[in-house]
Amino acid sequence: MKNLPIAAVVGLFFTSLYFLMAIFAPLIAPYGVAEIVGGVWEPSSKEHLLGTDNIGRDLLSRMIYGGRTTIWIATAATILSFTTGSILGFAAAVIGGWVDQVMSRFVDLIMSIPTLIFALVVLSVVPVTVPILIIVMGFLDSTRVYRLARAVAVDINVMDYVEAAKLRGEGRVWVIFREILPNALSPLVAEMGLRFIFAVLFVSTLSFLGLGVQPPEADWGGIVKENKDGIVYGIGAALYPAVAIATLAISVNLVADWVLNRTTSLKGGRG
Amino acid sequence: MSETLLKVRDLKIGATIYPPGEKPRDIEIVHGVSFDLEPGKVLGLIGESGAGKSTIGLASMAYGRGGVEITGGEVWVNGRDILKSGLNDVRKLRGGEVTYVSQSAAASFNPAKQIMDQVIEASVRHGKFSKKDAEARAVELFRKLGLPDPENIGNRYPHQVSGGQLQRCMTALALCPEPDLVVFDEPTTALDVTTQIDVLKAIKEAIRDTGVAALYITHDLAVVAQVSDDILVLKMGDMVEYGSVDQIINAPKEDYTRALVSVRSIDHEEKTATSEPVLKVEGVTARYRGTNFDVLKNINVELHPGQTLAVVGESGSGKSTLARVITGLLPPRAGNIHFAGRDLSAALGGRSREDLRELQMIYQMADTAMNPRQTVGTIIGRPLEFYFGLRGSEKRKRIVELLDEIEMGEAFMDRYPAELSGGQKQRVCIARSLAAKPKIIICDEVTSALDPLVADGILKLLLDLQKVEDVAYLFITHDLATVKAIADSIAVMYQGEVVRYGGKTDVLSPPFDDYTDLLLSSVPEMKLGWLEEVIANRKMESAGN
Repeated sequence: MKNLPIAAVVGLFFTSLYFLMAIFAPLIAPYGVAEIVGGVWEPSSKEHLLGTDNIGRDLLSRMIYGGRTTIWIATAATILSFTTGSILGFAAAVIGGWVDQVMSRFVDLIMSIPTLIFALVVLSVVPVTVPILIIVMGFLDSTRVYRLARAVAVDINVMDYVEAAKLRGEGRVWVIFREILPNALSPLVAEMGLRFIFAVLFVSTLSFLGLGVQPPEADWGGIVKENKDGIVYGIGAALYPAVAIATLAISVNLVADWVLNRTTSLKGGRG
Repeated sequence: MSETLLKVRDLKIGATIYPPGEKPRDIEIVHGVSFDLEPGKVLGLIGESGAGKSTIGLASMAYGRGGVEITGGEVWVNGRDILKSGLNDVRKLRGGEVTYVSQSAAASFNPAKQIMDQVIEASVRHGKFSKKDAEARAVELFRKLGLPDPENIGNRYPHQVSGGQLQRCMTALALCPEPDLVVFDEPTTALDVTTQIDVLKAIKEAIRDTGVAALYITHDLAVVAQVSDDILVLKMGDMVEYGSVDQIINAPKEDYTRALVSVRSIDHEEKTATSEPVLKVEGVTARYRGTNFDVLKNINVELHPGQTLAVVGESGSGKSTLARVITGLLPPRAGNIHFAGRDLSAALGGRSREDLRELQMIYQMADTAMNPRQTVGTIIGRPLEFYFGLRGSEKRKRIVELLDEIEMGEAFMDRYPAELSGGQKQRVCIARSLAAKPKIIICDEVTSALDPLVADGILKLLLDLQKVEDVAYLFITHDLATVKAIADSIAVMYQGEVVRYGGKTDVLSPPFDDYTDLLLSSVPEMKLGWLEEVIANRKMESAGN
């Protein structure tokens, strides 16, 4: 860890800052999430560092709690999409034949429908709760991960060491998790950084449209929605979540790049 | 003709290496090499991989590959030091005065352009010939190099000619601008033996007829002995020995040169066949899915316990397909495989764990045969765990035993494949198959990717292990020297059929069928004048022609 590149330090710092804030939100936030503590759109002051929002809640507290919700949903959706997407993608590559055909064509079908429209349709017929949100997002994203994982695994599957494992009599589980997965990690990790940010944007978009996190719960997209009218009066409350999303996006990808550089070393990923 | 064309003095070449986890540092890879080359002469540069022979060859064009830098010394071409020349001067030199023939013609030709355009490009760009004259010269060279239909072959695309022909086209490309010096970088290494001989002959005659000087780079001393006047032996960037061909081959002074000359001289007594073969391939015919011709036609061979059956043939003869059929990766269309007294299921899925354990395989490319993310311990330990259920200290003890058997030792246990040399990688693969305590190991070209001395070590190890473990080898190779070294019986394959089969002595004694004769005579021998002798006595054209 000695020769940490500066980009990785910056990325790690902001990423951990956001995640720590998300985890310890109730301890850090000066006020409750739905607590009305002042007037409408008060400017920043000692009591309210970022001012107050459209109905007089402390904006800093809303941002911290909002980050908690946004990051939690995005993380869970990313984990869900990567576990299902990569395992199914690997399985399709290893098993091949009609199993591969059926799964791949199904994924094509899902991918042919614009993600946002698909999500809006689903969320308008089922009750919008956080678990439902995570499942819908995870499912939609897993199609992208499936494509990538399958493409990578098809290449690895023809390597001699995989053939050697098959000749040894290893089952598919060993081939997928011990032979293919370690060698497919690099592109998947790179993709993960990107997918996580797409998940943040996606949940923010849904909330902005009113189909994501429901008030009075806070999330970054929701805060933009609540405060967007303020922009006309020169009040920047809606811009804070935008800045938060941007910095999180950049820092997470700096970390992903760094991890990628480490794992692509020829030394089996120790370098 | 006494004026020196190429004069290299105390040439030093450095490179930057990037050890994982450490700061990049500069190392020297060629330590002060000096030699002279007169017009019309051929100097052979010989050494194992990493000896610096290609690097020196490229330095004679004032070029260093990515990350490589010429750090000291002088390279004089036609009376001027090209290392001190400006870029414009060097540009005139490359492709004009000095040209280059690389190892892989297939990778060097642009697949989207016709051969003729590429052959004459340098001559036209350098203004040496008009397009018309250059084309006429190219046709002349095609004829001289023995290419079929010299008038029209230039209109073909690179994929429309064979590997040996493409290599000769590249020689034409190099000779077209009437250079003073041609650098041949392993021009025949990637070819089959029977094709190699044609290319060698063509190159040798072209050099003689055009009076060009050449640097001939190769790792095969027997090849270089056929074409060179002088030989420079290199090892790890140092000059080992520099002398005439005659002296190097017949009276080498240094130990290292002696080792290179005497390589492939393993003695192995043929064992007599036992009554009960461990593997019996009966009437096997196979084809790949989606094709309409048989790659294997009615193959019948036997392998006896503790012995070695060598399957020899050129690329495309079906020898690797035979291995795929035996391992169950490609179920045959007809025929049976008996193994250790039982019938083997045709498909891999139908075989018992015991079948799989007793039939192991070693691959040509040890690099891709090992998972780069597993340590040596995991790689060797997995079969122990999988077949014998060994765990913990018991497993560790057995891994150490196996590492000792392949002459490597416990220290390698936690290394990753990328941290091993080529020979060590192949040894680990051998240990992995031995771990299963097999009855048969299929060795698919296991020494082809290795340097001669390293390959020798691997062959000796395999022979020693055969004595200790009593394992039988099905040894697939295109290299007859290897076959002579280790086989008890031999099957010669040609276009999917076994054309000659029997004990080693029988197969290698006359009278020969035409193909076996061609194959046997094509193996370069370590003596002067061998090439001319062989060409004069040939009965059959090689398939690559």
